[in-house]
Amino acid sequence: MPRITRKWELFPGRNRFCCDGRVMMAPQTGVFYVTICLIAGTSGLFFAFDCPFLAEHITPAIPVIGCLLFIFVMSALFRTSFSDPGVIPRATPDEAAYIEKQIEVPNNGNSPTYRPPPRTKEVLVRGQPVKLKYCFTCKIFRPPRASHCSLCDNCVERFDHHCPWVGNCVGRRNYRYFYAFIVSLAFLCVFILACAVTHLIMLTKDNKPFVEAVRESPGSVVVSVICFFSVWSILGLAGFHTYLTTSNQTTNEDIKGSFTSKRGQESFNPYSQGNICGNCFYVLCGPAPPSLIDRRGVVTPEYRAEQKRVSEDCVITNNKVYGTVKVVQPQSNGNSVPPVDIEAGEQSTMVHEPSAWGTHQQQQQQPQHNDSSQQSSQPSHLDSLNDITSNSVTHLVMNELPLASLPLAPIDIDEIAPLPPPSIVMNNNNSMNNCNNMRSSSLLEPASVTTPLSASRLRLLQDTTMIESALDLDSLEEASIGHGSQTGLIKMGVP
Amino acid sequence: MPMSNHTPLEDMSSSRGQASNGPPPNCQKVFIQRDYSDGTMVKFQTRFPTELGDRLDRPTFEYTINQLNNYFAEAERASCSTYCEGCLACLTGYLIYICTETHYEKCLRKVAKFVSEQNDRVYRPRGLLLTDPTTRGLRLIEISVLDRPAS
Repeated sequence: MPRITRKWELFPGRNRFCCDGRVMMAPQTGVFYVTICLIAGTSGLFFAFDCPFLAEHITPAIPVIGCLLFIFVMSALFRTSFSDPGVIPRATPDEAAYIEKQIEVPNNGNSPTYRPPPRTKEVLVRGQPVKLKYCFTCKIFRPPRASHCSLCDNCVERFDHHCPWVGNCVGRRNYRYFYAFIVSLAFLCVFILACAVTHLIMLTKDNKPFVEAVRESPGSVVVSVICFFSVWSILGLAGFHTYLTTSNQTTNEDIKGSFTSKRGQESFNPYSQGNICGNCFYVLCGPAPPSLIDRRGVVTPEYRAEQKRVSEDCVITNNKVYGTVKVVQPQSNGNSVPPVDIEAGEQSTMVHEPSAWGTHQQQQQQPQHNDSSQQSSQPSHLDSLNDITSNSVTHLVMNELPLASLPLAPIDIDEIAPLPPPSIVMNNNNSMNNCNNMRSSSLLEPASVTTPLSASRLRLLQDTTMIESALDLDSLEEASIGHGSQTGLIKMGVP
Repeated sequence: MPMSNHTPLEDMSSSRGQASNGPPPNCQKVFIQRDYSDGTMVKFQTRFPTELGDRLDRPTFEYTINQLNNYFAEAERASCSTYCEGCLACLTGYLIYICTETHYEKCLRKVAKFVSEQNDRVYRPRGLLLTDPTTRGLRLIEISVLDRPAS
């Protein structure tokens, strides 16, 4: 019997697939295993040390409740991690050509001051103007609420955020699972903490010293400590997502402040159902949209030919971001230091293979944590130029840890937000400008860029948060950043 | 549905693969874009494309698009039964999705059936071919003009 090739094997994104395409995850899943170990380990200790005692002395319902909660948490977690978040399939070559033709503008003269027309389209959603951005990777105008995840390299419908803890993007299709996971985890955490503390208190009841109790049940102490430290962030996150659900917003929109009124312009959320209950029901129990990428579909010769045409298109755009990008970093007093070379060209010599899958495996083997060089050496996609715009902000924004706890000098988010991307600022303009006629040119001149965030600092943020850029914040508007309430919530973006 | 073996999309694509009646690669294509004026639910623009003026009359075209829009509205309607379905799925820890098909997927089946029926009755006799929007990520409806080369 000949081997059947399924469509996930040719999938253009960077996702990882298991079980012949049934399971779909983000390219890096390390943190996901940490999550599983943490939850399973803590629950295991709880079931081993606390449950027998509590079942005997209080009620046998405790292990039963704990067990049910644990099963629910794990099932919601696996659902979130293993399902398609709502990836929008990329345009077919014909469609891409059609859109290109539509947005093509006569580019008269290559003067450096020429500003390209923005590649956006404005539509009215219930009377509210919404900008649709063109996605250079997927070759489509992103639908409203969709955003491109630069880690998975896909446009995701109703993009919420990329969550390394669950090892997947959170989008339209798996938000309800994610919410169920967060809320049930909060319950489980509180439950376990309460039980473990009760156990310890009961052990010390008969005037026994605390040390004795610890010796008798060391697991309870470990469980209490783990739960005590995690319960706050989980409760905060559950609260934050409850707020988002009741107002039918995404984390992405909340951080961007998409629906806050600015400059006297009245603005409202056009996707809201109108009331809190309606929003909750719609988001959590509403119609479940189907997966659109047909991962397990059988690859037909026509489909393969089409994919080939797409990847051939890519090869042309590939020659773009090669070269070295020089970055000037001013010190805190504002003086600039000599340019620092960032080795951008190193990886970009990688040849794009016609088979997209091969490339993705190569990319997975690359060290993933050097953000800027990694990003700019991702030559196949002009879109990464776009998305990198958001990196400096995103690094700050998508912090699990409160910024204050990081060993960093205080950073004013207002100061950083309007900044161009660290390495590609100049080129971004360039490539937007000459997008069509630049295909032939293969080298970019070294660009000098001023940025107040040093590379090492970015690296540090990078390493502490384990996230490259989860949100597409390139349309972050200065008016919306100043709102204290939102910036206060920012740190809770990732569970 | 990562765990289930058969999604309607798969079934549709596999049947399409056998019949191999997908649009040929090199022919003129007309794209009907999404209409976002009522939110993010799936709805397509009913503006008649001028390229099809000599093949198709406006009412026939509008009937097709409106009918498709109705199917998608039905799929995304926040009705009581979909809410019950969602709540039930949540109570079972979303394990129920392994063995059942959602309301949305049933509606997509209807869409696929309607598209193939319209193709047989209306579009193919006039040298046109309607592509199921599900296979294009619900972004657009593709109408191929079979005997006109791509411009």
